Amino acid sequence: MLYRVAGQYKTSYKADYALFPVKQDAWLLGVILLFAFVILPLMANEFTFRALLIPVLIYSLAALGLNILTGYAGQLSLGTGAFMGVGAYACFKLATIFPELNIVIVLALSGFFSAAIGMAFGLPSLRIKGFYLAIATLAAQFFLVWLFQKWAWLYNYSASGAIQAPNIQMFGVTVAGARASAMTQYYFVLCVVAVVTFCAINITRGRIGRIWKSVRDMDIAAELVGINLMKAKLLAFFVSSYIVGIAGALFVFFWRGAAEAELFDIQLSFRVLFIAIIGGLGSILGNYLGAILIVALPVIIGAVPSALGLPISPSMVEHLNVMIIGLLIIGFLILEPHGLARLWAIIREKLIIWPFPH
Amino acid sequence: MDFIHSILIQPFLDMADAPDFLIQVLWEGIVSGVLYALIALGFVLIFKSSRIFNFAQGIMVVFAALTLVGLHQKGIPAWLALPMTLGVMLLLAIAIERVVLRPLVNQPDIILFMATIGITLFLIGLGETIFGGENKRMITEELGIPTDSYIFEPFGGLVMIEQRDITAVVGAVVLVVCLLLFLNKSKMGRAIRALGDDHQAALSVGISLSTIWVLVWFIAGMIALATGIVWGARAGVSFALEVIALKALPVLMLGGLESVSGAIIGGLMIGILEKLFEIYWGQPLLGGNTESWFAYMLALVVLLFRPQGLFGERIIERV
Repeated sequence: MLYRVAGQYKTSYKADYALFPVKQDAWLLGVILLFAFVILPLMANEFTFRALLIPVLIYSLAALGLNILTGYAGQLSLGTGAFMGVGAYACFKLATIFPELNIVIVLALSGFFSAAIGMAFGLPSLRIKGFYLAIATLAAQFFLVWLFQKWAWLYNYSASGAIQAPNIQMFGVTVAGARASAMTQYYFVLCVVAVVTFCAINITRGRIGRIWKSVRDMDIAAELVGINLMKAKLLAFFVSSYIVGIAGALFVFFWRGAAEAELFDIQLSFRVLFIAIIGGLGSILGNYLGAILIVALPVIIGAVPSALGLPISPSMVEHLNVMIIGLLIIGFLILEPHGLARLWAIIREKLIIWPFPH
Repeated sequence: MDFIHSILIQPFLDMADAPDFLIQVLWEGIVSGVLYALIALGFVLIFKSSRIFNFAQGIMVVFAALTLVGLHQKGIPAWLALPMTLGVMLLLAIAIERVVLRPLVNQPDIILFMATIGITLFLIGLGETIFGGENKRMITEELGIPTDSYIFEPFGGLVMIEQRDITAVVGAVVLVVCLLLFLNKSKMGRAIRALGDDHQAALSVGISLSTIWVLVWFIAGMIALATGIVWGARAGVSFALEVIALKALPVLMLGGLESVSGAIIGGLMIGILEKLFEIYWGQPLLGGNTESWFAYMLALVVLLFRPQGLFGERIIERV
């Protein structure tokens, strides 16, 4: 009833392949974008920007990158954190070597560095699969973080060993660095995320996406029907690491402001993997739902005891938080192993036929 | 030329110069290798019987050790705390089977893998809530483990071997022998292997899936407790152990996911090689701390040539 699709006829293949075959989907997206671009920024304060909105966007971008690799191309990776680090360090080096370069170009370029590294570590995927490949990407994770610590040139020989986002201006507005306002950074991140998401949707629903899916479902069969496995897998590593690298650069430049090598450790990789899996492997929407759950929920849970006036120490809140997240992950996996995106698909089906049972 | 010399020749000259130091390094490598192998054993056991890649093995080590120490701090004598900890691990195994695994039977591997990561997070939170996050001392003396050390003087040098390390190695060997006997000779052990080979066939001849899973997770918990005691005696009981436990993954890859003996040989290999690499190549040439990644890189290189690991079952794929 609310989501009625009856009467929306498609008279050409083009209409059938359109981005929004159902009008209500387009309307819904319009409402979400209205919220993201207008209503949320009007309501948010400095804390909500920094603790909720910006991290949710950046994490969902990273999860989107991982989802292309794991969800669409079927190559399990545990090295996302390190690839984010490559993007961040590349962005830092480019921004300090060429300070006059526009930040958008710096971001786009730094993605290529992580893409190249990701492709190099993706090479073993041609020979090994599944969990064996996951361990191979663990090698990337630990080796790269070690490199970030030991190679002083990467952090410009600073005494602390950390990289710091310099003040960067775009069209006269400070967008990164200590003096940038949270709202400017939010809009910048939002625009980047929107553009990348648009590209990702169109890559994954086109020819390349179908090739990836066939490789994921059974790579030997895919090879038999004439798909070049090497090209397909390496392309997946390239695109995925590119997006992950951009997410890493945004992570440091538009959220944290400064970062040490330890920030990109295995915990970060796992958090991104959680988001992708809880959200739903092989879906674009799922990354956003997952990021909202994994990133925003701890913040909310952490605020509950003080809001209710319960006498719980901050460290206790932290421990309980970890426990609750663990329970939630198990709970969601049991409830819907295919993730939140699938849950939404089921709700949508129900809405279409509501109020009738069939 | 200098560069090649410093990589290919100098380290071996260093080794020949101080053979006593080399022996000490090798011994350290063997001891840490035994620990990696123990953790890897827990993984292998669960993987063999249920195809679950159990990420929670590392935190089970920490949790078992914490429970033991925590019970002792409550005033329970060590001889009683040990069986009580085993009881806790049994309860944990039953709970995991009932709450997590049973609803997830027949799901894809990655979902079960994620579920074990969920268990990991839950156990970290639970352990920190009950026992606190600070580093604790393992009750080594109370358990009757000797803490003196032997000093040898081969080649006019000095080698120190601690008795608790010898206990660890001996204990690990006994544990592994028992486990191999159990897996190969007992009825339950054969049931575990049958379940690993083919779920449905095993079910159809009357092997109970849930009993075996509880049993396997309990044995993994026992191995975790042994590992926790040994490791805790060396470095104290803390959550940092959990990150070290990740080292069991390359050990597994090297040995092959299904092989018990592979886990042991892989563990010893990685333990020894990473120590040697760190002392003779890492510290002089690369600025140290290479132990954080060496094992993974080694596993990666081996996998490139043998995709199923050194001792794993040959992977046969059909369309």
